[in-house]
Amino acid sequence: MKTIQVATTINGDATEFVCAPDESLLDVLRNRLGLTGAKEGCGTGDCGACTVTLDGRMVCSCLVLGAEVEGSTITTIEGMSTGDALHPLQQAFIDHAALQCGICTPGILVAAKALLDRNPDPTDTELRYWLAGNLCRCTGYDKIIAAVQDAAAKMRTA
Amino acid sequence: MMDTGVSKRKFKQVGTRPARPDGVDKVKGRAMYGADMTAPGMLTGRILRSPHAHAEIVSIDVSEAVALTGVKAVVTGADLVAQDDIAMRDIQINVLATDKVLYDGHAVAAVAAVNADVARAALKLIKVTYRALPHVTDVDAAMAPDAPVVQAGRSLETVPAGMSANVTNQCEFGHGNLDAGFARADLVIERSFTTAATHQGYIEPHACLASMTSDGKAEVWCCTQGHFNVRSICAPLLGIEASQLRVTASEIGGGFGGKTAVFIEPVALALSRKSGRPVKIVMTRDEVFKATGPTVATSMDVKIGMTKDGRITAGDATLRYSGGAFPCGTVEMGAQSAFAAYDLEAVRTLGWNVLTNRPKEAAYRAPGAPQAIYAVESVIDELCQKLNLDPLDVRIKNAATKGTLSSYGPTFDDIGLMATLEAAKNHPHYSAPLGKNQGRGLSAGFWFNFGGNTSVSLTVNTDGTVSVSEGNPDIGGSRASISLMAAEELGIGYDKVRTIIADTASLGHNDNTDGSRVTFAVGLATIHAARDVIKKMCGRAARMWDIDEDAVTWVDGAAVPAGDNAGKFPPMTLAEIAATSLQTGGPLAGHHEFTADGAGVSFGVHLCDIEVDPETGHTSVLRYTVFQDAGKAVHPDYVEGQMQGGAVQGIGWALNEEYIYGRDGRLQNAGFLDYRIPVASDLPKIDTVILEIPNPGHPYGVRGVGETPIVPPLAAVSNAVARAIGMRMTSLPMSPPRILKALSGG
Repeated sequence: MKTIQVATTINGDATEFVCAPDESLLDVLRNRLGLTGAKEGCGTGDCGACTVTLDGRMVCSCLVLGAEVEGSTITTIEGMSTGDALHPLQQAFIDHAALQCGICTPGILVAAKALLDRNPDPTDTELRYWLAGNLCRCTGYDKIIAAVQDAAAKMRTA
Repeated sequence: MMDTGVSKRKFKQVGTRPARPDGVDKVKGRAMYGADMTAPGMLTGRILRSPHAHAEIVSIDVSEAVALTGVKAVVTGADLVAQDDIAMRDIQINVLATDKVLYDGHAVAAVAAVNADVARAALKLIKVTYRALPHVTDVDAAMAPDAPVVQAGRSLETVPAGMSANVTNQCEFGHGNLDAGFARADLVIERSFTTAATHQGYIEPHACLASMTSDGKAEVWCCTQGHFNVRSICAPLLGIEASQLRVTASEIGGGFGGKTAVFIEPVALALSRKSGRPVKIVMTRDEVFKATGPTVATSMDVKIGMTKDGRITAGDATLRYSGGAFPCGTVEMGAQSAFAAYDLEAVRTLGWNVLTNRPKEAAYRAPGAPQAIYAVESVIDELCQKLNLDPLDVRIKNAATKGTLSSYGPTFDDIGLMATLEAAKNHPHYSAPLGKNQGRGLSAGFWFNFGGNTSVSLTVNTDGTVSVSEGNPDIGGSRASISLMAAEELGIGYDKVRTIIADTASLGHNDNTDGSRVTFAVGLATIHAARDVIKKMCGRAARMWDIDEDAVTWVDGAAVPAGDNAGKFPPMTLAEIAATSLQTGGPLAGHHEFTADGAGVSFGVHLCDIEVDPETGHTSVLRYTVFQDAGKAVHPDYVEGQMQGGAVQGIGWALNEEYIYGRDGRLQNAGFLDYRIPVASDLPKIDTVILEIPNPGHPYGVRGVGETPIVPPLAAVSNAVARAIGMRMTSLPMSPPRILKALSGG
């Protein structure tokens, strides 16, 4: 199968790659670009472990084709913080023990940041519905909600 | 957290909530899970699976697949070493079938190719000729005398003659005179229940990277709850010795018991040996549902007698569990735990395991207990309703305490059931008002907990820091707890300790991360390893002070003379001893290897408020509180996390989750869209109350906490629904169609 050449910006860096026409963005990120922070939990858009933002919009990268992202800007978990600093959401997840196994954590962090970018002061209900597409099997979501609200409060006063 | 004041020891580190050592890697997406590792020259492995629920394999022709460009190896069941031991043989033929396929999704062959596209194409070129056989997927149907036989000749001697050949084992527990007990009751209720098979639902599919050379040297990197177990199973299947196979556990993306089993690692090794290249296999979610362990499906009868004032006079339970196409002992754990919470004069549990054409059961968090206890707690709740008794008072009246002869044999030592029941009774949740279509349910829960084989090594580095090597994959923050216990025992700061998970070549055998054993058993081994190195550090101080070794003791992180007679020397800290260690006798290390016992049983009580929508049959959980005895909560955040996560898995089991089989014996809902686990918007806050009734079997009082929380939710939710709709549901899950059917009188 003939490959397609794609030019994008990923986590602020101009990035070019080639991919097969039927190759998912998730496979491109993980297998071609070494960005394994996005995880494949289902491959059908049901679990949210592969969540990234595409031109500011939250997507399941397993449901996006690599060939679709020509000219787009993509942010993955690897782009959430730079250098030795953590994003307030990342710090809050550690402080609140909001992860157990941690496999869903990258997707949930990307999703939570996408919410706070739009709504810096969500209610618990808004937050729970926003995160309904991100499955976590370990925590029962309780400490995740607490961590996101704590980070949101800190970000509002920062 | 509630402090009951019974813990005598004052802790400096244990009981605090520091950041976990793997936290930054995990929030930055850098942690390496099963599918994240690559190797130069790596091939992609994929597995061909049976489309039949039950069929004879007449022939397998792989010639066209082998000939496809880019295919580097094809393996079938013939590529694994046939096992004599029956339990190993079950694993062998589950990993790659030989004569028969036993369920939809059973592995029959595998390929390794240069990429996933070629591998998928190659699978289509493998020609398997099947002769379909009659199948059975329902546990009650499988017990019928004329049921299709899943595997012949698997019944143990315990099974009475005349039962279906699918019944593999029978067990019975209890004591006292049942007839006399039921005769004393003012009310006897007998009910039958069913629970659906549910999957552990870990978000990370099974994944491994294997490399094996033609001279029998092998490496495996995989997500597992026990890499020593992976080695123990893979080595004989490949015909190599344990020393030649090194297994390294990746970070693990959830397991809940399901990753104590081995599925793909032997296949990847066989493909690697044949192709001469590393092979990675990652399951799809469809494969995870079809071919890895769900828990047992059950059918149960429970009969309980009670006096007007709420004393249980007798309890009798018959359990029919199916662990799929292979014998499994889960029903024994169900039978032992069914009535464990109660002090009973007359009790009996009878259990059968039954073969069906479903995937091989794998452990799921307190395996066997949630189902049996659901049935028992439902009948107790109905007795309370009919006798107009407070359900918490009745449980307090009948609760097992220290000295109770348990329903499964042992006499209990210090246990926390009464404390959790009383905490629930005194909690504001229990007396909060309820609205229309709402109900409150409660249930007690029990799990045995486990100790097991454990090996830990602890080194004191020359800069005064400590490295702990343990052999149990960290599934929910255990490295933090192990570091806390090492720091506590050594008298140094948590930040001076780093705990890592070592590979199979670096430690003695460690049992799986299961049975709620890691914080208990690995923690205990770590404490002993710390004491071992403390003794050595005291020896170094004694030598430098030129006094007797026995005259030195360890206080607050330093060697000190044991008394005035020993001599007057200022304390010599761990850092000071470490700094000169290479000049005073060499490197300092402690270790401990043992089979841990004294795990200490665990009890919990859950309170649940729900509301049923009479138009849709949908049940919303409004409020939920978990009370549990942790013995001693080493890192309370992660204890709460276990309580919350287990409760929510149980809520999913009660309300939504089930394996649905068609008449063709094939699984109809092998994906997260149709097998619906709870999402954030389904749930309220899950409140937690930790009780601390110290376990006499651990120096800090620690009990395992991981499994008990999945036990009570099934009955707690069901009892709440029964009170909300005025009808008792006896089948799980209580999905909206089932509730609607009940409401409409169906």
